[in-house]
Amino acid sequence: MAITSSDSMNPKTSFQALILTLHQFWAEQGCVILQPYDMEVGAGTFHPATTLRALGPKHWRAAYVQPSRRPKDGRYGENPNRLQHYYQYQVIMKPSPANLQDLYLKSLFAIGIDPALHDIRFVEDDWESPTLGAWGLGWECWCDGMEVSQFTYFQQVAGFECSPVAGELTYGLERLAMYVQGVENVYDLNFNGLEGEDKITYGDVFLQAEQEYSRHNFEAANTDTLARHFKDAEAECKALLDFGNKGEGRHLMALPAYDQCIKASHLFNLLDARGVISVTERQSYIFRVRELAKACGEAWLKTEGGGA
Amino acid sequence: MPDLLLELFSEEIPARMQRRAAEDLKSLVTSALVERGCTYEAALAFATPRRLALHIVGLPAHQPDVKEEKKGPRVGAPQQAIEGFLKGAGLTDLSQATIQSDPKKGDFYIAIVESKGKPTKDVIADLLPNIIKSFPWPKSMRWGKLSAEVGALRWVRPLHSILCTFGSETETPEIVSFDVEGIKSGDITYGHRFLAPAPIHVRRYDDYVAKLESAKVVLSTDRRKEIIANDARGLAFAQGLEVVEDDTLLEEVAGLVEWPVVLMGSFEERFLDIPPEVIRATIRANQKCFVLRKAGSHELANRFLLTSNMIAKDDGATIINGNQRVVRARLSDAKFFWETDLKIKLEDRLEKLKNITFHAKLGTQHERVERLVTLAKELAPIVKADASKAARAAILCKADLVSEMVGEFPEVQGLMGRYYAARQGEDASVAAALEEHYKPQGPSDVVPKDAVSITVALADKLDTLVGFWSIDEKPTGSKDPYALRRAALGVVRLLLENNVRLALKAHHIDESLLAFFHDRLKVYLRDQGQRHDLIDAVLASGQTDDLLMIVKRVEALDAFLASDDGTNLLAGFRRAANILKAEEKKDGKSYNEAVDLHLIKEKGEAEEKVLAEVLDVATRHAIEHVAIENFAGAMKALAALRPAVDAFFDKILVNADDKDIRANRLRLLASFREATRAVADFSAIAG
Repeated sequence: MAITSSDSMNPKTSFQALILTLHQFWAEQGCVILQPYDMEVGAGTFHPATTLRALGPKHWRAAYVQPSRRPKDGRYGENPNRLQHYYQYQVIMKPSPANLQDLYLKSLFAIGIDPALHDIRFVEDDWESPTLGAWGLGWECWCDGMEVSQFTYFQQVAGFECSPVAGELTYGLERLAMYVQGVENVYDLNFNGLEGEDKITYGDVFLQAEQEYSRHNFEAANTDTLARHFKDAEAECKALLDFGNKGEGRHLMALPAYDQCIKASHLFNLLDARGVISVTERQSYIFRVRELAKACGEAWLKTEGGGA
Repeated sequence: MPDLLLELFSEEIPARMQRRAAEDLKSLVTSALVERGCTYEAALAFATPRRLALHIVGLPAHQPDVKEEKKGPRVGAPQQAIEGFLKGAGLTDLSQATIQSDPKKGDFYIAIVESKGKPTKDVIADLLPNIIKSFPWPKSMRWGKLSAEVGALRWVRPLHSILCTFGSETETPEIVSFDVEGIKSGDITYGHRFLAPAPIHVRRYDDYVAKLESAKVVLSTDRRKEIIANDARGLAFAQGLEVVEDDTLLEEVAGLVEWPVVLMGSFEERFLDIPPEVIRATIRANQKCFVLRKAGSHELANRFLLTSNMIAKDDGATIINGNQRVVRARLSDAKFFWETDLKIKLEDRLEKLKNITFHAKLGTQHERVERLVTLAKELAPIVKADASKAARAAILCKADLVSEMVGEFPEVQGLMGRYYAARQGEDASVAAALEEHYKPQGPSDVVPKDAVSITVALADKLDTLVGFWSIDEKPTGSKDPYALRRAALGVVRLLLENNVRLALKAHHIDESLLAFFHDRLKVYLRDQGQRHDLIDAVLASGQTDDLLMIVKRVEALDAFLASDDGTNLLAGFRRAANILKAEEKKDGKSYNEAVDLHLIKEKGEAEEKVLAEVLDVATRHAIEHVAIENFAGAMKALAALRPAVDAFFDKILVNADDKDIRANRLRLLASFREATRAVADFSAIAG
C-alpha cells in the first residue's frame, strides 16, 4: 500500500497530525515549541514552562504536548473515554495577547473545525488548582456541546499575583481527535493516519499501558513506599530550596526544587487512587504540596527567569 | 431631550452574572447622574454574553446651574480667617460677599457661589471611568500587558471596547469621549462572533438595536428567552412532544447565546431505562439542554433540545450530531452508574459514610446517621409514625451519598436513595422517606405528608440545627452558609402543616435556638398574612415551646379580636392595664395578689361584686378550655367578662378614698389582667 504524506499529515484523520498542526500553528504565533516535561504530572500546567514561567515580569510564549497522569481515572482500558494517561496540548502566552480568543479559534480551524459548521461557545469555568496555589478566570470551550479546551487568564500562581497575566490554553487532545475523526472509542483513534496494515491506532500504542497502569494505580503500588517517597520529596524540596537560597541575592536552585514538588504531587495522586487517604488527610496533603509550590514560586521569582 | 447609549463590549460574560450586571450598570450610572443634577425619564439595561448595554432616555443637555451659600467668619474676624474664606469661596474681594445678621451669633459673611452646569455629555464622560473601574462584579480579573501595572483595570473578562453616544433624536448624537486604562470610547460595536464580526457604526439606541439584530445579536435577554421558549415548543409540538419547562435553565441558556437557534437531537431508546430525573439532570447539567416528554404524559421521550449560537451552513446537522455524541456518552455513563449502583445494597454502603465529613466539628455522615436513628425513634411516637420504619429510613437516608450516581450528580441525592430502596424491596414509606426527608427545601417546596417521611425530615433538620448551634455556627445577617434558616422553616412547616405537636425544649433545643424558631415562625405566619403583634402577644404569655399551639392561639386571638366582644374587651383590658400601670408605679408595688372577696361582699358596690363573681367563673372556664386546647372556647369564656368590665368602669371609681377598698379594686383589675393571659398577653397587641 502506497503511503501518501497527505494521509499521515491530515489532522482530521491522524492523531499525530493533529499535534503537528497545532505545533505549526502556535510556532507561527511566536511560541517556542517545547517537548514534554520528563516527569509524571497531573496536567500540562505543572510543566515549569507554565507554572514557573507564569511568574515574574518576563514575556513568554510556549506550546507543548504534556502527557498527563491521573491515576484515579484509570479504567483498565474498558471505558471509551477515560484514561489514566492522556495528552494535553498546552499553550501559554505572557502577557495574554488581546486577540487570544481569535488565535484559539483559528487554531481550531487549522485542525479542521470550521466555525461556520460548528457551535463554538465560551462557557464560564473558573480554574483553580489547590495544589499549585493557583487560580484564574476563563472558560470551558465548547464545540457542539462538548468541552474541547480550557481557556484561562492566570491571576495567581503559587500564591503570587501574575504580573503581567498569562493566558493559558489547554486542549484535551484525545477528545478533540475523537471528535475530528468521528470515533466513539479513544482506542479506535487513528494515530498515524494510515490505513490497512500500516494503520496504528491509539489502542495499539496505549491499551496495554492503560491496563497495566490501572492495576498498578489501584492494586499494586506499595502505599508505604509511596507515603515514604512523598515525605522524601517534600524534605528534598525544602532542602534544595535552602541550599539555593543565598539570602539577599538570587536563588540558585528553584528548578530542581520544583521537580521535587511535582514528584510529591504525583505521589499524592497515587496514594489517593489507592484509596488510603481520608478526607482530613487529603486536605493536609494538598496543603503540603501547595506550601512546596509556593516556596518554589518564591524562589523562582528570585532567579533570572523570574525577573530578579 | 437627549438620550445616552452606552455599551461595554467584552469577552464572554458568565451567564449567571449578566442580568445582575446590567441592573448594576443602570443603577450606578443613573444615580451618579441624578446626584449631579441630571434627572432622566427612563433607563433600560441589557446584557448578552459579550456586552452590557445601557440606554437612558430624556436627559437634560446641560447640568442645571447650582447656587450655593457658603458661610464665612463673623464680621471683624482675624484677617487669616477672612482670607481663607475668600479663597475657599473663589472671591477676590470681601465686597463680593454679603453680610448676614444672626440674633445670637452677630453679623457674619456669606458668599453666594454660583457654579455653571456643565454639558451633560461632559458630566457623563467624567463619571463613567470610575463606574467602570469600580464595577461590582462578583469576580473580576486583570489581563494583557497592562495587567502588570498598579491599579490595572479589572473586568469580568477582558474588556475590548466601549461605545458611548449622547444626543437627541433630531441631531446626530456625539461620541462621549473618555478613556479607561487605554480603552477609548467610540461609536463602534461588533456583531455576532462568527456570523457578523465586522465593526458596526452606531448613532443611537434605535439603530443600535436594529443593527445588532441584523448582525445576528438579540440584545434583550427576555427576548432571547422568548425566542428559545417559543421555538422549543414549536419543535416539540411538531413531534407530538412537550418541553419539560425549566426556567432556570432557560435563563442560563439565554445567557450563553447572542443568536439563539434551537435544534432537536435524539438518543437511543435503551437509555430510557435510566430514571427520568437522572436523564434530565445529565442532559441539563452537562449539556444545558431541555428534555421532552410525550404530549399529555409523564414519560420522557428520547429527544432533547439544544440551543446553539449559530446558523450553520448545513442547517445544524453537524451541531446536532456532535451534541448527540456527547449526550450518548453521558447517558452511557449514567446507565453504567445506575446498573453498578443497583448491585450494592444501601445498607452495605453505610461503612463508606465514615469517609464523608459532614462538618469538621460535627463528625462524619456515619455519626450523623447514628444520631438521626436515635432521634427518629424518639420522634416517631410524637408524629404517630411506625417507629421501626422510621428507624429504617433514618439508617438508609444518607446511603445514596456514596453511590456512583450521586457522586456524579449531587442534585439527585435522596431521589436515588428512593429508587434504590424501592428496587431492593424496602417498604414504600421507607423508600419515600429517603427522598422526602430533605423536604421542604424552602417556603414553596412540598411538605411531606407520610408520617415516616415527616419523622425523618424532622430528625434531619433538628440534628442540623442543634449541631450547628452547639458549635456556635449561627446565621448572621445575610450569611447563612449551612442554610439553617431554611432548616428551621422546614421544621415550622412540617409541624404546622401536619398538625404535629412537638415540645421543642425536650429535644435539646435551648432558648437561643427556640428564639430562632420563633423568628422563622413569625416570617412564616407573616407571609400568610397573620398579624405580627398577635404572635408576640402569644409568645409573651409564656407559650413558647410548642409551635402548633402557638399558632392555634394566634388564630383564636385573631378571630376574637375581629369580633365586637373582642374589641371591647381589649379596650377594657387597656383601661385596666393603664390604671394599674400608673397606680402600681405610684405605690411602688404590684397588685397581683388575691382579691379580698370578703371586703367586696361587705362594702363593695354592685358592679364590683358582679365583676368579682364573673371573673372567677370566666377565669376558671378559660383555663379549662386552654387545658383541652380549645382556644376559641377560652376566648369565648373571656368574652363573657365584657358587660361586667364595661359596667365596672362605668360606675366604679377605682381610686376610692378608703385605702383598703382602693387596693382591693386594683387587685380586682389585676386579676382581670391576669385572666386574659390564659391565651395571650394582651399588652403586646398593637393599637
